[in-house]
Amino acid sequence: MIPLSWYVILSALLFTIGVVGVLTRRNVFIILMSIELMLNAANINMIAFSHYLQNLTGQIFVVFVITVAAAEAAVALALIILLVRNRGVVYVDEFNILKG
Amino acid sequence: MINQLVFAYFAVVILFSAIMTISRRNPIHSVLFMLLLFFHIAGVFVLLNAEFLAAVQLIVYAGAILILYLFVVMLLQVDRETKSSRANRFWPWLTAFGVIIATEIALLVLRGSFPGENGVMMRTMPGTGVKELGIELYSKYLVPFEIASVLLLVGLIGAVLLAKKDAKE
Repeated sequence: MIPLSWYVILSALLFTIGVVGVLTRRNVFIILMSIELMLNAANINMIAFSHYLQNLTGQIFVVFVITVAAAEAAVALALIILLVRNRGVVYVDEFNILKG
Repeated sequence: MINQLVFAYFAVVILFSAIMTISRRNPIHSVLFMLLLFFHIAGVFVLLNAEFLAAVQLIVYAGAILILYLFVVMLLQVDRETKSSRANRFWPWLTAFGVIIATEIALLVLRGSFPGENGVMMRTMPGTGVKELGIELYSKYLVPFEIASVLLLVGLIGAVLLAKKDAKE
């Protein structure tokens, strides 16, 4: 029997890796993928608690998280296509068009 | 015991491929490591008796979202990536903060205790749980489910509207 804390620690580590990815990388694709990492960490957490508490609400939430992730990926990739078409780069520190 | 070994394998591969995902220079390599990660997360879901969500993870995440990423990465040829730096200039500090936060969370979780942790096998139903999940989703959570479909429609229209070329150019 696997203790619940193992799952929580795994998801915490995965979430932190995602946060570090968002904070450090310059490529906007990798930043989006790090956001997916964080969503997956939350999913592991919710399914683990749903299993150990014998409550299906966690699994229902994961269904919605996956839905939102799919919609988010579609819209975000469309935005990236627009940005790259206008600026010609994929680096977030060169997207400074709002700066006066 | 065998369960714990399987979990350890999944956890090690998940963490390894997550680190590889955020550290590769070429975005296509990142996407492929992400694929490995999603397969192993589906394995963790199977360990937790969530077979339906493991299948959804593979179909939606690995099959749809990741392929979308791969397409966009390949469509916008990003050959400049090989020359310039991949991380911003604060990355050693930020990585150190990440390590500190991760150790803190791990220590906190290891010190505390969760209800129902003492080795009780909880699932009382003999089935896989897919049936109960469906009943729950289509009765108690019917309205959120419908709202999720509207959200997907909004995402679809938004993506098409944003990415289409203007008629005048």
